[in-house]
Amino acid sequence: MPDKKQDLIDQKLQDLNNDGVDRRGFLKCMAWAGTGLVWTMSGGIPVSRAFAKTADRSAGKGGDFSFVQISDSHIGFNKPANPDVTATLQTAINKINAMSHKPDFIIHTGDLSQLSKPGEFDTLDQVLKGASARQIYFVPGEHDMLSDNGEQYLQRYGKGTKGTGWYSFDQKGVHFAGLVKEWLEDDLKGRSASTPIVLFAHIPLWTIYPEWGWGTDDSEQALSYVKRFGSVTVLNGHIHQIMQKIEGKVSFHTAMSTAFPQPAPGTAPSAGPMKVPADQLQQVLGITDVNYVVSGRSLAIVDSPLGA
Amino acid sequence: MKGKNVWVASFAAVVMIAIVLLLAGSSSVTANDQSSAATSEVKIDNFSFGPQTLTVPVGATVTWTNRDDIPHTSVSTDGVFKSKVMDTNETFSYTFAKAGTYPYYCSIHPKMTGQVVVK
Repeated sequence: MPDKKQDLIDQKLQDLNNDGVDRRGFLKCMAWAGTGLVWTMSGGIPVSRAFAKTADRSAGKGGDFSFVQISDSHIGFNKPANPDVTATLQTAINKINAMSHKPDFIIHTGDLSQLSKPGEFDTLDQVLKGASARQIYFVPGEHDMLSDNGEQYLQRYGKGTKGTGWYSFDQKGVHFAGLVKEWLEDDLKGRSASTPIVLFAHIPLWTIYPEWGWGTDDSEQALSYVKRFGSVTVLNGHIHQIMQKIEGKVSFHTAMSTAFPQPAPGTAPSAGPMKVPADQLQQVLGITDVNYVVSGRSLAIVDSPLGA
Repeated sequence: MKGKNVWVASFAAVVMIAIVLLLAGSSSVTANDQSSAATSEVKIDNFSFGPQTLTVPVGATVTWTNRDDIPHTSVSTDGVFKSKVMDTNETFSYTFAKAGTYPYYCSIHPKMTGQVVVK
């Protein structure tokens, strides 16, 4: 059984190598050490920009809209290498507020809290209140559903969602779906194949490193529903580092955490928090900026570190 | 002065030992003959349970300690026991009254598995 699965993964990687060459150049990660990811959507293809250095340039190109992805704030975590995750989240929000082009909204891809404690959610709310973006979309991570099956998460952040927090929305012709699961099939029914699709969920929808549980078993099914679409962007968190893959028309991207880094797959005995010297912490935390430009039909994704 | 402190300290130690002995004695009276002193430890390090298979006598209490910087749980696959979330250095204990094999996993990281064999 596991061998069969591994074969499938190998096969997919093979496909990627054969098929994804020119696209890979298209979706380039410009800064690999950041705290957030800025995405520009251009005609349905996300393109990311380095937060501090290139933000002004792409803003000049007139993105139809942009949003910022933040992830894994883990409010409540207080171990090395980051004893103050509230402060680094605040730094991320300050960075977003200081952007020359104001993002239309923020997506938080889960693990808002460390232990799903009310006080942790309170602190998160307090910090996010200071964000200039009007709207923040959330999906839960496993840390947000630890003690009560996610009841509190749903109460606070999941109003109007289905099941354990599934929902979708449209922004200027781009369809966004959060926490992808079986309902995705229905959600996408009747939509034109030319609609750019953005899926966002906490755990990566592609198998990154099964030994550490980095990937979801049901992602194959979810991805089968988006096959007919011309542009699909998948945004995830969970692994606290930037990873990208392009497979056919689907671009996968994981964001940095605002709290602590995790090791590259297989480079440490476990996926536990990576300890880095204090002066390097802000280089391994980041945000992601995404810009959408209709005319060029592309989505630009830029990761940038907090300490840029 | 110094001597007096030492004396106080050793007196306190003696009292403590006496209390411990007293408690141990009283618990062995109520506990099952076979397993009066049987306690066993499972340590969680680097996203794994150690030892992965723990063999204990009937009536033994097993204590899990999370030594990772990430929360974990210990949940019986068959629904026999279920810990709360253990943050760093937090523990969970369960007393096994019946013989059998009890597989368990971490509900947050299902790749983490272990079993307790009760004989």
